[in-house]
Amino acid sequence: MKRHRVLPGFGLTIGWTMFYLSIVVLVPLSTIFLKATSLSWTEFCVDVLAPRTIAAYKLSFGASTAGAFVDSIFGFVVAWTLVRYEFPLRRLVDVLIDLPFALPTSVAGITLTALYAENGWLGRWFTPFGLKVAFTPLGITVAMAFVGLPFIVRTIQPVLEDLEPEYEEAAATLGAGRLQTFRRVIFPTLLPALLTGFALAFARALGEYGSVVFISGNMPFRTEVVPLLIMSKLEQFDYPGATAIAVVMLAISFTILLGINGLQKWAGRRLMAS
Amino acid sequence: MSIELRNIRKTFGDFVALDNINLRVATGELLALLGLSGSGKTTLLRIIAGLETPDAGEVLFHGADATTRSVRDRNVGFVFQHYALFKHMTVFDNVAFGLRVKPRVERPVEAEIARRVHKLLTLVQLDFLADRYPSQLSGGQRQRVALARTLAVEPKVLLLDEPFGALDAKVRQELRRWLKRLHEEIKITSVFVTHDQEEALELANRVVVMNNGRIEQIGTPEEVYHRPATAFVHNFLGNVNLFHGRIENGKVYLGDTAVDVDRAHASASGNGKAVLALRPHLIEIITRPNGKPSFPATVISVNPAGPQVKVELVAEWGDAVQVDVGHERFDELAIAPGARVFLRPKEEKLFVYQI
Repeated sequence: MKRHRVLPGFGLTIGWTMFYLSIVVLVPLSTIFLKATSLSWTEFCVDVLAPRTIAAYKLSFGASTAGAFVDSIFGFVVAWTLVRYEFPLRRLVDVLIDLPFALPTSVAGITLTALYAENGWLGRWFTPFGLKVAFTPLGITVAMAFVGLPFIVRTIQPVLEDLEPEYEEAAATLGAGRLQTFRRVIFPTLLPALLTGFALAFARALGEYGSVVFISGNMPFRTEVVPLLIMSKLEQFDYPGATAIAVVMLAISFTILLGINGLQKWAGRRLMAS
Repeated sequence: MSIELRNIRKTFGDFVALDNINLRVATGELLALLGLSGSGKTTLLRIIAGLETPDAGEVLFHGADATTRSVRDRNVGFVFQHYALFKHMTVFDNVAFGLRVKPRVERPVEAEIARRVHKLLTLVQLDFLADRYPSQLSGGQRQRVALARTLAVEPKVLLLDEPFGALDAKVRQELRRWLKRLHEEIKITSVFVTHDQEEALELANRVVVMNNGRIEQIGTPEEVYHRPATAFVHNFLGNVNLFHGRIENGKVYLGDTAVDVDRAHASASGNGKAVLALRPHLIEIITRPNGKPSFPATVISVNPAGPQVKVELVAEWGDAVQVDVGHERFDELAIAPGARVFLRPKEEKLFVYQI
């Protein structure tokens, strides 16, 4: 039997969604797979399993994960401060959060490199401790954290704003301390949003090119991320090699994002109103 | 545990939410704070709980000053209008919350927690829902879970903020009776806030009627209903016709009709403006004057659906009047819209308030 919906147009919208998704996402991505098939299985494996490629994969996924984690912690604090406290220039700070979105990534890259170079404004304070930021994996993580921060803040902020004070009041009347209230009541409520933010920041960091290219120094085996490796393959006209690496990157990313999505569903299921 | 409030004052900016409130709640009592929204009743409840601090005045628990004591240390249970159940926890975990956050030395072992939670869930008749999440329950069930969660920490005082406000009429009735039985069983000092006069009169041992941040009257449900202290209380508790008239030489005048004030309940003396309050069932409709004070009125509409016939009239001087008449008497009168009749207050129940 046909179910009647309050809002008509299901057929039209799902059709449009599929069509749009195909043109914008699926078709371009599938050409990558098609191009990769021009390689034989052995050639594919040689490209993908080359030590330099493996090193780049490790760096890309490692730094992205680290960057997203850093963002999760600081983004949480920023969102909390923006929502919970009134302070001068709060609106201005709120707008600043989005700047990493708007700033051309190369500008961000150059700025961060200059700041964190050994004699840079920030880098010089690390040098005495033998800590190098620019041209190391640490620098890459910093750049990735920079571009990913807005995702965490903007996903948590609305949920935090909607969090009624009575949940905290209820916890307090039941004898819970502030830390217990945070850990047992507030944090679990925000977890789905936090996971969404984490996934977005992670995905953004993974594909980040512009800001990383400057601060990384692009040393093979050490500070070469996957997008850079792909770029250098392209510059040598090794198109099949570049697509092979991209295919694996895509597959792993998809799996990870699917995993986070599942986790988020699990955390969010209980919060859904029936 | 008894609660005492002394000279409590609370303002929000320019708005005076509570103005010099003095109140004593006896141990084991079930007290209702009754008032319209904005009357300050919820603020008063939150001050007792420690969720709000008064600008001036003292809160005493069992004779000891608790004004500055934190919410955690007050040992009060608070039930919120919208339940405030933790959505990410099952019913069981919600009820167990208060026990699990206790300091390690006081915390019961998990088996003991489980035993107590099940006992409480049985008390609120919801043990079969222990594994559900709040979103899977109905409103009435959620409120009972919230109550069980509150009782788990064995509070000395139970505070309920419009506990049935978000429920539909049928469920509200049911929960009301259930709460009354529960209170008789566990005898915990309880204060609840409501804007529903019926709820307050049915449930409470004593009712505190509040208006504009002040207490209008404190008394048993019978007292506040039958011997209201002010026109506000009279108007608020049940339907009432309020007539603006004047007092002259011991007589109350409504328009040109004099009503004998000697037998009136309230303290009207001297001359001046006055408000006369008459409940709809305490006015008699007669077709012609019979010598006793009465005033002419015109029937506007008649609604016979219900236990009594509701007759809307308009008095000669323009005030609308509502009168409830028994069906038999109504048939005798045989009145229809447009009919000219006379209204006679049943004098022994006359309330006059000077203004």
